[in-house]
Amino acid sequence: MKVLQPDNLAEALRLLVEPDGTPVPIAGGTDLCVHWPARDLDNTRFLDLSRVAGLSRLTLTHNALEIGARTTYWDLICAADAAKAFPLLAQAARLVGAIQIQTRGTWAGNIANGSPAADGVLAMMVYGASVVLQSVRETREVPLDEFFTGYKQSVRRPDELIVAIRVPRRAYTFEWLAKVGARRAQAISKVGVAMTRSENGWRVAANSVAPHVCRCRTLEAALNAGRTFTSPQEVRSLLSADVAAITDLRSTAEYRERVLSRLIFYRLAELDKPSGHV
Amino acid sequence: MTDLDLSFTLNGKPVRLHVRPDARLLDVLRYDCGCTGTKEGCGEGECGACTVLLDGLPVNSCLVPAFQVAGRSVETVEAVAPEVTGPLNRTGTAQCGACSPGIVVMTRWLREHPEVLQDATLRQFMSGNLCRCTGYDSVISGVASVLDPKETAGGEGTSA
Ligand SMILES: Cc1cc2nc3c(=O)[nH]c(=O)nc-3n(C[C@H](O)[C@H](O)[C@H](O)COP(=O)(O)OP(=O)(O)OC[C@H]3O[C@@H](n4cnc5c(N)ncnc54)[C@H](O)[C@@H]3O)c2cc1C
Ligand code: FES
Ligand code: FES
Repeated sequence: MKVLQPDNLAEALRLLVEPDGTPVPIAGGTDLCVHWPARDLDNTRFLDLSRVAGLSRLTLTHNALEIGARTTYWDLICAADAAKAFPLLAQAARLVGAIQIQTRGTWAGNIANGSPAADGVLAMMVYGASVVLQSVRETREVPLDEFFTGYKQSVRRPDELIVAIRVPRRAYTFEWLAKVGARRAQAISKVGVAMTRSENGWRVAANSVAPHVCRCRTLEAALNAGRTFTSPQEVRSLLSADVAAITDLRSTAEYRERVLSRLIFYRLAELDKPSGHV
Repeated sequence: MTDLDLSFTLNGKPVRLHVRPDARLLDVLRYDCGCTGTKEGCGEGECGACTVLLDGLPVNSCLVPAFQVAGRSVETVEAVAPEVTGPLNRTGTAQCGACSPGIVVMTRWLREHPEVLQDATLRQFMSGNLCRCTGYDSVISGVASVLDPKETAGGEGTSA
């Protein structure tokens, strides 16, 4: 095993294009270290991001929140202004593992890891976040909802690092996130859903019901058109165009689609009550 | 694999070691530093038995590669003051004791950072410390008794 420990971004990016082969970036290690002892690490080369200067910022401006590549869940929880401006990010941060994971796990790692169950991705997606990718050649910004191309697949090239995540500030009239796991804490999502409504319309995202965290655009379009629902089944029929739940060790496809549609239906039903207008 | 030359601060004292490049902080503490108080439960971040403070924040040392620890400060269960462990000994917080080192370190951290409990409950903060023996109620009441000695129902010798 070999570890490369650059202290600046230019050097880190250069190491990604060295002829010896592409090293694996490591930030908080909460995904990469899980099977560490069982892995043959002999031929692995890691690019340690922990010493690269300037990657742990969390900047809230008038227009946007910028999350650095090494910014952790706990950093966001502790940044009162950012947590207040983006309550679903704070909620998702507290739902990731437990405190010992939140102090190490990064938002960028959650995206790069590409798990369909990622909770941070879910919250960032309904806020219209974009991913800033940088290589020795260029810097580009990709909307998070166009970042994933399949199970653990994304548009990120091996020579690129996620250097930041940008979350635009908008006025929201509705923000909601729900996660269903085997227990309330320290559990990977069986089904997760988040919804926001701003002047740009509804955004709905779901996790653990498709090969990657995804937007539910058919449902969004229906909500934008003012559609209301009289049963969870109606929500479910619409969602079938958006999600493709599978049966795996954590849950069944039937359970996931049923719970997802019921979560959404009953939350929307609350809005129709006299006190719950959007 | 060439050894990793590693210097960091352990419980307030500088240490310098040569370790395997793929060593985890947990391994370095137990096998190279002789700090065997820190336990390995699951080895994959779930149970919290291996909790230590890294630059003052609780982390699972089984998920921290040693190479990320250079130049930083690590505090383990060995450095926890008796005011923390004393009440835990009297409240049934430990049965088999496998989870206890992590619980003790978390208790110390919460005692030094009472402000974090304004936005989340004690149970939420302790949710990453699994215990197969106690059923958790005595863990929570034990930790609570350290954080606020007056609150201990039937606590012994805790009145100020
Ligand atoms: C016990 C436990 C519970 C967990 N619970 C949850 C949970 O509830 N919800 C959830 O969503 N996740 C959970 N996770 C997963 C994990 O904590 C998160 O995905 C976390 O955000 C990963 O960030 P990291 O910095 O630790 O990633 P690392 O492990 O360092 O890296 C993860 C991946 O991202 C790549 N990478 C990291 N940074 C960059 C970068 N800047 N540019 C390009 N690639 C990069 C790495 O090469 C690797 O492939 C849990 C993990 C554990 C061990
Ligand atoms: S041994 Fe580290 S969390 Fe279980
Ligand atoms: S006392 Fe046995 S695991 Fe907690």
